[in-house]
Amino acid sequence: MSKNSQLVRGYEVVIGLENHVQLSTVSKIFSGSSTAFGAAPNTQASAVDLALPGTLPVLNRGAVERAIRFGLAVGAKVAPLSIFARKNYFYPDLPKGYQISQYEIPVVQGGQIEFFVGDEKKVVKLTRAHLEEDAGKSLHEDYHGQSGIDLNRAGTPLLEIVSEPEMRSGAEAVEYARTLHALVMWLGICDGNMQEGSFRCDVNVSVRKPGEPFGTRREIKNLNSFRYLVDAVNYEVNWQIDQIEDGLEIQQATVLYNPDTGETRAMRTKEDAADYRYFPDPDLPPLMIGADWVERVRGEMPELPTVMAARFQQADGLPAYDATMMTQSLAMARFYEAAREACGAPKLVANWLMGEVSRRLNTEERSIEDAPVTPALLAALIQRIQDGTISNNSAKQVFDALWTGQGTDVDAIIEAKDLKQSNDTGELERILDEVLAANTKSVEEFRAGKEKAFNALVGQAMKATKGKANPAAVNELLKKKLGA
Amino acid sequence: MSAPLHQLGVAELGRALRAKTVSSTELTQHLLARVAAAKDLGAFLHVDEDYALARAKDADARLARGEAGALIGVPLAHKDIFVTRDMPTTAGSRMLEGYLSPFDATVVDRLNAAGTVSLGKLNCDEFAMGSATENSAYFKALNPWDRTRVPGGSSGGSAVAVAAGLVPATTGTDTGGSIRQPASFSGITGIKPTYGVCSRYGMIAFASSLDQAGVMARSAEDCALLLSAMSGFDERDATSVQQPPQDFHARMLAAREGATAAQPLKGLRIGLPKEFFPAALSPDVNGAVRAGLAELEKLGATLVDVSLPRTELAIPVYYIIAPAEASSNLSRFDGVKFGHRAKDYSNLIDMYEKTRAEGFGAEVKRRIMIGSYVLSHGYYDAYYLQAQKLRRMIADDFQQAFQQCDLIAGPVAPTVAWKQGEGADDPVKVYLADIFTLPGSLAGLPGMSVPVGLGEGGMPVGLQLLGNYFQEGTLLHAAHALQQATDWHRLTPAGV
Amino acid sequence: MALTHDDVSRIAKLARLELSGDEQAALLPQLNGFFSIVEQMSAVDTSGVDPLYTPLSAVQEVALRLREDRVTETDQRALNQRSAPAVEDGLFLVPKVIE
Repeated sequence: MSKNSQLVRGYEVVIGLENHVQLSTVSKIFSGSSTAFGAAPNTQASAVDLALPGTLPVLNRGAVERAIRFGLAVGAKVAPLSIFARKNYFYPDLPKGYQISQYEIPVVQGGQIEFFVGDEKKVVKLTRAHLEEDAGKSLHEDYHGQSGIDLNRAGTPLLEIVSEPEMRSGAEAVEYARTLHALVMWLGICDGNMQEGSFRCDVNVSVRKPGEPFGTRREIKNLNSFRYLVDAVNYEVNWQIDQIEDGLEIQQATVLYNPDTGETRAMRTKEDAADYRYFPDPDLPPLMIGADWVERVRGEMPELPTVMAARFQQADGLPAYDATMMTQSLAMARFYEAAREACGAPKLVANWLMGEVSRRLNTEERSIEDAPVTPALLAALIQRIQDGTISNNSAKQVFDALWTGQGTDVDAIIEAKDLKQSNDTGELERILDEVLAANTKSVEEFRAGKEKAFNALVGQAMKATKGKANPAAVNELLKKKLGA
Repeated sequence: MSAPLHQLGVAELGRALRAKTVSSTELTQHLLARVAAAKDLGAFLHVDEDYALARAKDADARLARGEAGALIGVPLAHKDIFVTRDMPTTAGSRMLEGYLSPFDATVVDRLNAAGTVSLGKLNCDEFAMGSATENSAYFKALNPWDRTRVPGGSSGGSAVAVAAGLVPATTGTDTGGSIRQPASFSGITGIKPTYGVCSRYGMIAFASSLDQAGVMARSAEDCALLLSAMSGFDERDATSVQQPPQDFHARMLAAREGATAAQPLKGLRIGLPKEFFPAALSPDVNGAVRAGLAELEKLGATLVDVSLPRTELAIPVYYIIAPAEASSNLSRFDGVKFGHRAKDYSNLIDMYEKTRAEGFGAEVKRRIMIGSYVLSHGYYDAYYLQAQKLRRMIADDFQQAFQQCDLIAGPVAPTVAWKQGEGADDPVKVYLADIFTLPGSLAGLPGMSVPVGLGEGGMPVGLQLLGNYFQEGTLLHAAHALQQATDWHRLTPAGV
Repeated sequence: MALTHDDVSRIAKLARLELSGDEQAALLPQLNGFFSIVEQMSAVDTSGVDPLYTPLSAVQEVALRLREDRVTETDQRALNQRSAPAVEDGLFLVPKVIE
């Protein structure tokens, strides 16, 4: 746990997260309806999804497979036997009047998530992860004072991932969430689209004076942006502290964060202590997952990001930070590896990816999969830097041309833009002699001790060579000529 | 064909239809007329003459093409717990008045495919909760043997329709005895197969771990014919047993090893649990049951004393588990997607509360209350969990007993059918009368009721036969042998 | 274990059933009568016994059967909504849901 438990106004903050992850199956967890986003209301809601009389659930193998994959990725135990239970409550977006979930015996038990806050490594243990079905949606646009219910989403498979309350700040919570978000996308079990609700965060927050027992927690529900998560936590923490300092008790509550006001507010539906009357669903016998299934999933899993990052550090000599950046997503990692294979310069590849490539991807709101520059092209460019054909500066111009589609051949672009660095030392010497002869004042100033004069001479030299000289060679030769 | 059409069973009618001595259209018309004339019995909630005649016409065309399925053109009717696309389904409740399902129950679908002709939907206790069909929200069903008495429940309409000669066979459902008990009270034959043998898809759920579809008819043979068409794996039901549909008729006919013509049941051990013959058992029922057992002995069976020590506990165990599951299953009736919605309400919660108060009858509300209570926080362990543990012990008791016998026999109910209205004042008294059928239900075992004569007031008495898991063949075989040697199953109420 | 009037109101609320005062009053003795027969159940020692959630698991291991991840349903909205109490623009209408 955190060595520096950052107290807020003297209070320790205790945070646990529950994330609802929509699994990337094509059909729903208990019915054969499509899970595709954005369909017209209730066109992806079958008789089973609508809970029409006589309908029954049948479990989707794809949902289980994704749960197994997650369990293996976080080092959890995949339960050989787990039970589906009914969580009973009434709500218009819950067609059966109960949600099929898992209660006493979930499919994934334990596990942990590792992440960095700044350069400090944190490990947060998971309590469990279980399968359940999503509810539908209420549209609050006015229909003569009524709400409209769309059950397309009802029955979408969810994996609810519960952490132990081991986080101690909003910053930790958001890094945990980001890491979990990246992981589920890496594993291919969730598309991670937070605007579409594929990845949701519920944050349990409480405060206490250090050494005292846990305080009463309030749950901030349905945060779908990392920025809001931090803001919401910070507001809630201060609100709770204000309450306590005013001598008031914290009541357990579910709260919503309003990004416009920046405040959290308890939900109006008071709970009557939400007695869910859980019991094992008699329509669904126990889910059995044999060791052979687990092993098969394990064999088919992609290398995990932490393992891959370690490999990049070990084998490629990348610094830890670079290795982490290269494993932000599977697509980025694949790009990095392909480019590195092609040019054999891991650090340069990493630099370009973290620099030029990322900058453009962010500005243009594109993902690495859609990058106009392929790993092969990047590698080719890097090779031309390495073999001295072009300078770094020129390379940026070439890269720009590649990115904006002006050409697809590195050498052709170099030719066309006349960017070839001159490596002819004889010619260079001749030019430098000319430069020195033409800039005697700078020479004298340099000899008199003015360092800046050297740069001026370099500048003149580069100008004289129309930028094509190898800067390192210019530097070296000039120094030699000046006897420095 | 000397006997009137409505006295013929499914097997005979099937033969006649295939021999073209009668057409399905003729048969259907005949029965529709009888249905119309017997409205006062309250067997049917919905009759669709046009639909039935159209189906009969289709069946006649199939027969004309030379198709030879045993059920082609045979009229029947479905308990209104099974959803049907072409007729409303109410489950005997105002909550579903006029409800039109977009799909057919699997069991209905299969019987349709086999060529049966459905005349309509049959009355039942609301959401299958009851033992007298007095809990139907629409009207009571009357026992054709004595209209002042109940026909039993919850499949009361199904029993009446067969007993009164309106259709040769009907589908029913049995959760705690709802096929066996009305069959016994109405003098007909009924079978509830092993849990999972028939698909529950399309059967409006009451208690999911107990509900089973079954058949009510006038003979074991007829039951076997229908059950064969109904049974078998359904991918839409996760509790459906992964077995193909079975030919129960063939299994019913298959001779036992060591059997002779005179002693077809030679070697069959029939266990009599002492708990099924308590002092409180009505003497007339005891007498008729003993007479039935004596006939089985004559046919070669051996009677063996066994014990099912936790029989009495089956009542509280069932009446904890069934309402618990029901309280959850009935939560979908909330006025949002289908069914009744209250007209006046001030907000969402008010809408729910009024809709459900208006849509559900007293017994359903009672069971929802019990079920919600036993699942609620703080009571789950003491009630629901304890009941499910006892349930396993009851099932284990049966396995012990089946070490010494092949079938278990006894009465279906402690008395013959009681008078209408007697159950109204004390619902618990009614629950206690389920004592003999509940244990088999809890264990998920197959069971039958076969008529063994008349008791007090000239009312029918049924003999209950219980088999081990998947022993429907043994049950049907024994019942069939009994019915070949006796005439009790041919008794009909006066005027039928 | 006797139920009180408060229990009855609380459960009715949980089950979203509006019960009149008379109904509640009638229900209370019936429920208590029921629970008195249930008491005999509590006395039985069931330690070491697993609950029987699905009947066939008394004699065999019953494992949940899974289905393949495939889309098998098409848009049946009109048919599925034909018994709906209130529908507009394909949405089920309900009294406003307040959060």
